Amino acid sequence: MAASSSAQRALKQRSARSFLPKLLGVDTPLQAQTALWGYLFVLPWLLGLIIFIVGPILASFYLSFTQYNILTAPKFIGFANYEHAFSADTLFWPSLGRTFLYALLVVPIGLVGSLGLALLLNQRARGTNIFRTLFFVPSLTPTVALALLWTWLFHPTVGPINTMLVLIGLPGPGWLTSAQWALPSLIIIALWAGLGGSTMLIFLAGLQGVPQELMDAARIDGAARWAKFRHVTFPMISPTMLFNFVLGVIGALQVFTLAFVATSGGPSYATWFFALNIYNQAFQYLNMGYGAALAWILVVIVLSLTLINLALSRRWVYYAGD
Amino acid sequence: MATPDVSVPIGRTTPVLDRAVAVRHRILPTRALLYLALLVLSLVFFFPFFWTIASSLKSTTELFDFPPLVFPAAPQWSNYATVLTTVPFLLWVKNSLVVVALSTSGVVLSASAVAYSFARFRYRGRDTMFLVTLATMMLPGQVTLIPQFILFDKMGWVNTLNPLWVPAWFGGGAFFIFLLRQFFRSLPKELDEAARIDGAGYPRIFWSVLLPLCKPALATVMVISFISNWDNFLTPLIYLNNQNLFTVALGLDYFQNFPQQAGMPMQNLLMAASLMAVLPPMVLFFVSQRYFVQGIILSGFKG
Repeated sequence: MAASSSAQRALKQRSARSFLPKLLGVDTPLQAQTALWGYLFVLPWLLGLIIFIVGPILASFYLSFTQYNILTAPKFIGFANYEHAFSADTLFWPSLGRTFLYALLVVPIGLVGSLGLALLLNQRARGTNIFRTLFFVPSLTPTVALALLWTWLFHPTVGPINTMLVLIGLPGPGWLTSAQWALPSLIIIALWAGLGGSTMLIFLAGLQGVPQELMDAARIDGAARWAKFRHVTFPMISPTMLFNFVLGVIGALQVFTLAFVATSGGPSYATWFFALNIYNQAFQYLNMGYGAALAWILVVIVLSLTLINLALSRRWVYYAGD
Repeated sequence: MATPDVSVPIGRTTPVLDRAVAVRHRILPTRALLYLALLVLSLVFFFPFFWTIASSLKSTTELFDFPPLVFPAAPQWSNYATVLTTVPFLLWVKNSLVVVALSTSGVVLSASAVAYSFARFRYRGRDTMFLVTLATMMLPGQVTLIPQFILFDKMGWVNTLNPLWVPAWFGGGAFFIFLLRQFFRSLPKELDEAARIDGAGYPRIFWSVLLPLCKPALATVMVISFISNWDNFLTPLIYLNNQNLFTVALGLDYFQNFPQQAGMPMQNLLMAASLMAVLPPMVLFFVSQRYFVQGIILSGFKG
């Protein structure tokens, strides 16, 4: 009895020994033991991924087909939320268009501007570090403070910007208080805060990685400044450009705090972005189901745009390693 | 295949001097333009701060002078004191610091453990999980917001600071994991092997061998996490409606809407409050500039 049980145990152990490594994707029991440690270290993230990301994504997918206000149980209503968004919600299409317009202006101008600043800093002028810091400081301003600060700078009557405009004989617009100018004003604020920020630093690093031999070779071949940029610098930094571009688009489509604090989405919905609509529906009216549907629409838009950008990037991004 | 430079006219006696003159003529204006551009841009980026500082020290009547005064006649330092007594600003600073401290330590500890696992271990599902991790960077936060709110609501955590820092202890987010993984991979594997031969287990290798070498990367993570938590507005907006729990970002927005209730504040007080909110991230940046810049660069372009 004892003998057979120990034999059984040995057998069991052996099969466990060959089974476990296979399960964990390694060759030997020792490696399996190591792999278990690997799982242990990755555990916090695995839980975080399930509890705070994958779980909520699935949950909001489900909720997007329900009517739910937190207080009573969710009621399944099929595609009604999506139908409402596409055909009945008068704020849906305008807010989507406005968000696209914002991204369409902020991202390209931001990229060109940040790259321009990085190119200036890359000329190795004396005091470059000081200038780099000065350019970077606006991006450290908390968004709420940024909104308050610019509300005051843009003050229609006593703000310094309109004062200067008046002094040179131009009529100052109402900026954030004018339905026509509010969106351009927010774009100016976003650019002021973002141009010298991390995007510029990443470009700067990319520029410093352009091999000097290539620049020298181009110079010897008689390339002019623009030709050098077009045919040497740009291809070399194109992966950096792609990185900044993709993240820029993702960020711009989610614009929220700046508009919420500076204009509350107004005047007359002139800065009512898509994310404001989500917030308002979900947390002001407690239409959690409808809010989830809006959020899912945003996810689909952001993911498809990102995939399109990555696919198109094969035409213009150059990887030196390939 | 460089062709010899034939553009120099034969017979000129001092080509070196010629070249120096030519270079100076060509370079000087460009250099001057470069500095001019840098200075003008610095002014553009710095003027709003200057204006904020000046406004925060003006008296209420000076605010509406036209044309506006650049400098107040007598700096009203009392504006700052008025902010502190009108709203519980120091309490908000304390709340922000609690959130920042708890979430930043969570990020540093858990993201480095996860990054260690991704960088040094081999197991089934590792690469898939890493790809999923990277993919989450593309995900708009709005989609997880509503279910997370429902979850924390069911747990009774609405109107507590918990939702603002507890998630940070579960890996700290894709960006930090990626940044630290890159750093772990740049450390030689022989370090781990030598420590193993000396009989160290994996927790010990992680904690006593590798982590101390990661200090620059950890400093980067700390600074970025501090700044982004200090800036965070949406999460406190959703979870906190008790004034005494507000963070600085949320409190500042509340202070802006204060006049509807009490006839205060004027712009000078708002600017004083804004400056106080800008100060902590800025001081931190100046102290840790080197690490911070390095870290952003590291995260940005090393695949």
